[in-house]
Amino acid sequence: MRVGVGLPTSTANATGELLVEWARRADGGPFNSLGVVDRVAYRNLEPLVALAAAAAVTRRIELLTMVLIGPLRNPTLLAKQLASIEVLAPGRLTVGLGVGARDDDYTVAELDPRRRGARLADQLELLRTVWEAGRVGPRPSSPAGPRILVGGGSGQAFARMARYADGYAHGGGPPRAFASAVSKARAAWTEAGRPGTPLFYGMAYFALGEEAANTGAAYLRHYYAFTGPFAEKVAAANLTSPGSIVDMLRGYEEAGCDQLVLFPTVSELEQLDRLGEVLAGR
Amino acid sequence: MKYGVVGGGPAGLYFALLSRKADPSAEVRVVERNAPDATFGWGVVFSEETLGALRDADFESYTQIQDSFARWSAIDIHYAGALIRSRGHVFTGISRRVLLGILQRRCLEVGVELRFDTELHDLAAFDDCDLVVGADGVNGFVRGLSPETFKPALHVHDTKYAWFGTDLPLDAFTFIFRRNEHGLFQVHAYPFDARTSTFIVECPQDAFRRAGLDQAGEAASIAYCERLFEPELRGHRLLSNRSLWVSFATLRSAAWHHDRVVLLGDAAHTAHFSIGSGTKLAMEDAIALVDSLRRHRDLEAALTDYELERQPVVERFQEAALESAAYFEHVSRYEGFAPIQFAFNLLTRSRRITYVNLSVRDPVLTRSVDAFLADGRRPDREPPLVAVPPLFAPFSIRSAHLVNRVAAAMPATEDGVDGLPATPLAPLSASAAASGAGLVVTEMVAVAAEGRIGAGSPGLYRPEHLYTWKEAVAAVHDSSPARIGLLLGHAGRRGSTRPRHQGIDRPLRQGGWTTLAASAVSYTPRGVAPRAMDGDDFTRIKAAFVTAAEMAVECGFDLLALDAGLGYLLAGFLSPLANRRADVYGGSLENRLRFPLEVAAAVRGAWPSDRPMALRLNAADGTVGGVTLDDAVLMAAAFRERGCDLVHPVLGQTTPDGWSDYGRAFGVPAADRVRNEAHVPALASGNITSADEVNTVVAAGRADLCLLAL
Repeated sequence: MRVGVGLPTSTANATGELLVEWARRADGGPFNSLGVVDRVAYRNLEPLVALAAAAAVTRRIELLTMVLIGPLRNPTLLAKQLASIEVLAPGRLTVGLGVGARDDDYTVAELDPRRRGARLADQLELLRTVWEAGRVGPRPSSPAGPRILVGGGSGQAFARMARYADGYAHGGGPPRAFASAVSKARAAWTEAGRPGTPLFYGMAYFALGEEAANTGAAYLRHYYAFTGPFAEKVAAANLTSPGSIVDMLRGYEEAGCDQLVLFPTVSELEQLDRLGEVLAGR
Repeated sequence: MKYGVVGGGPAGLYFALLSRKADPSAEVRVVERNAPDATFGWGVVFSEETLGALRDADFESYTQIQDSFARWSAIDIHYAGALIRSRGHVFTGISRRVLLGILQRRCLEVGVELRFDTELHDLAAFDDCDLVVGADGVNGFVRGLSPETFKPALHVHDTKYAWFGTDLPLDAFTFIFRRNEHGLFQVHAYPFDARTSTFIVECPQDAFRRAGLDQAGEAASIAYCERLFEPELRGHRLLSNRSLWVSFATLRSAAWHHDRVVLLGDAAHTAHFSIGSGTKLAMEDAIALVDSLRRHRDLEAALTDYELERQPVVERFQEAALESAAYFEHVSRYEGFAPIQFAFNLLTRSRRITYVNLSVRDPVLTRSVDAFLADGRRPDREPPLVAVPPLFAPFSIRSAHLVNRVAAAMPATEDGVDGLPATPLAPLSASAAASGAGLVVTEMVAVAAEGRIGAGSPGLYRPEHLYTWKEAVAAVHDSSPARIGLLLGHAGRRGSTRPRHQGIDRPLRQGGWTTLAASAVSYTPRGVAPRAMDGDDFTRIKAAFVTAAEMAVECGFDLLALDAGLGYLLAGFLSPLANRRADVYGGSLENRLRFPLEVAAAVRGAWPSDRPMALRLNAADGTVGGVTLDDAVLMAAAFRERGCDLVHPVLGQTTPDGWSDYGRAFGVPAADRVRNEAHVPALASGNITSADEVNTVVAAGRADLCLLAL
């Protein structure tokens, strides 16, 4: 199983300087990918802008959205943006797409959240068509365009994943929950008659060190405040010790994960180094 | 610390007892609206596992519970004049009244303040408390104080039930199924002390009304039930304790705590009584909450931890309880079953117990099921010491003799030219047979060039096609005892697409053709519209199916399956989402069935009468306004009348936004309904991944064959 790391785009006091340095160091470290989260009605950097910045200072690392809220974006323009990142970082882009979980993102974008599932399906179909047709350039490095993942835990989400995507992006949780999603995603894939197997991406949060653990928990409570009491559960699940990270890696690997992306909850470069040490000692 | 507890049931009392024990300096106050000795319901059930947890949590009350409980290890099933006894299920029952008495005394011993006969409507009485525990049951008020956080959702079940007692001392958990002129009634009964048992009577709404029980008072209800179950009661009485007829409600809550208020037991969640776990879950909640409070200094962290620990456990029980409740709601579906199969189906209803689990608990029963499936042996005879498990029970459909219950699909080929695959098929069919499956089924093979899925998809419409399929059949017959079936179809509006590795349902960029469908509606929103079938299309396509069936005879196929699934041509006729016709082939279900049934009848006429014909059937569209499983039962019965011997229900691809839940063995409920309501043998598929699942599904009579996905 490969391990990726999230970019600090939504944590408290995340600066552009930190993001660029984080990306540069991650590229030289034991990480396979740099992930970004997506919200509109929040203080985070726009994920594709953040990936463009990361593309400029990295050479090998995979760039990943985990996940991009597709229906908020015009599909043709999104196809162009993604193809542009592909030009900046040929072969390195993986696009996770989902409907998101927050109505307020749709509200501020002046969109109706009710038809978001259908909009995402239509967008997924259109992305491939646009990349292939060539009228809207640039052309991605591979004719099929970047790898696409679809996230979500509903039957509809699994069906969309199986129909349009190359893999599945999980939204976080204990390994048992991930394993259950893997089983359903595989079943949906088989049912749709797709050859091969889907790619599986998982995600978790971390903050190493006692002080970081408190700051990280506060960030998660803030970021997930829209879920009400669920925010406390996410904060409680933050990985705050090397042992808990190693356990998580093992659990996800056994559950069939291809790549687990660990997102920082604290805006400190030191976190990247600490995580690198944990991975080196694995 | 000060704890206030609303409700003096098992959850509230046990929490009070344990929290005071954990922290003797804590003030714990329980307020209960009823008197100390007032209780409703009769006995409660614990498993061995729960007793272990109770022993560790409070040894004194555990010892007293031990002294006054009833213990049994058998489940009796009275059905169709037979009594099947299954052993190895260890349970403990105790009178609810005795249990509450023990817990009340223990609470007083450790210094809990108990206040009875006090009804609360708000939490003003607990303003001084650090934590308020809502243990006031499913009808309590605490949950209602923060509906935005708790987000309670109630699902009211269809059946009616009443919770009686009886002075008949039972020695087993007892199920009784009895049909009279009003309908089917069932009893869930279990002992809870040496003299008394709980006796729950349950029935569907229509039987309830026909029996006049909606108008009957307590005495008349008791008289009715005593008469109905007279053979089992053997002159013993039914006892009432506010035993009213009600419908069970399954309660789920998104969160169980808000600020300093936490919910326990039935106040947070309920699970249908047929798996007997309400009190067990409530007391385990109390143990977990006290442990969590001990581990964390921070209250919010403790309550979050309690939820994180308990919610997944409770959700699993609720899933099982919903399966169990659904079984009892639809049990009349299984009334034709032989007693041994009926019993196995009942015991595995919640899906928590599988064939393997049951063979450990009660090997005699599973051997009896094995023998029944292997040769129809009656259960009243001693089962043989050795019998093959259900997966290996042979199955015959007309002259096709299948050596086991597993079907395997050949992989799709996409490299053909005009229906003739470039890949030799013999190795593919031989490899599928080498899996050990008793039945090998081909991919969908087109009856006409325009009916292919993609340009490279196989067909059986030109003389050149015969040879390659002949080879595929021979390869199976030469290398294995497996039989091979041909899946014959027409892609309809899902035709003219690119190879699947480029994505599914993507139109061909070059060399595409005009597809045919019931109506001129494209499959994908941005796809190419098909041509609506018209004029001689009907005769021509029917003829193509017949010609292909005749070629299939020549190839030597053992079984022929028609494809009316996955949104292909015939499935498109069946669904109102794809069929918008205004003529005799569209509109009502009868009209939508017309063309597919004509094809089935024509093919049956061309296919040898001693060979089986199967059907892959679109059983549920999985989108609003589409075909449902109720329709599928009617459709399957109609095809059965046209000589269809086996139905394989598939779900959710009539339109691109169709979906299923994709959980374990998700296609089995559809197969179950087709098999046991339309009375046609069924092949189940959909996330069936283990031999244990096949054994369980087949032994329970939910399907006859399973398509394994490994």
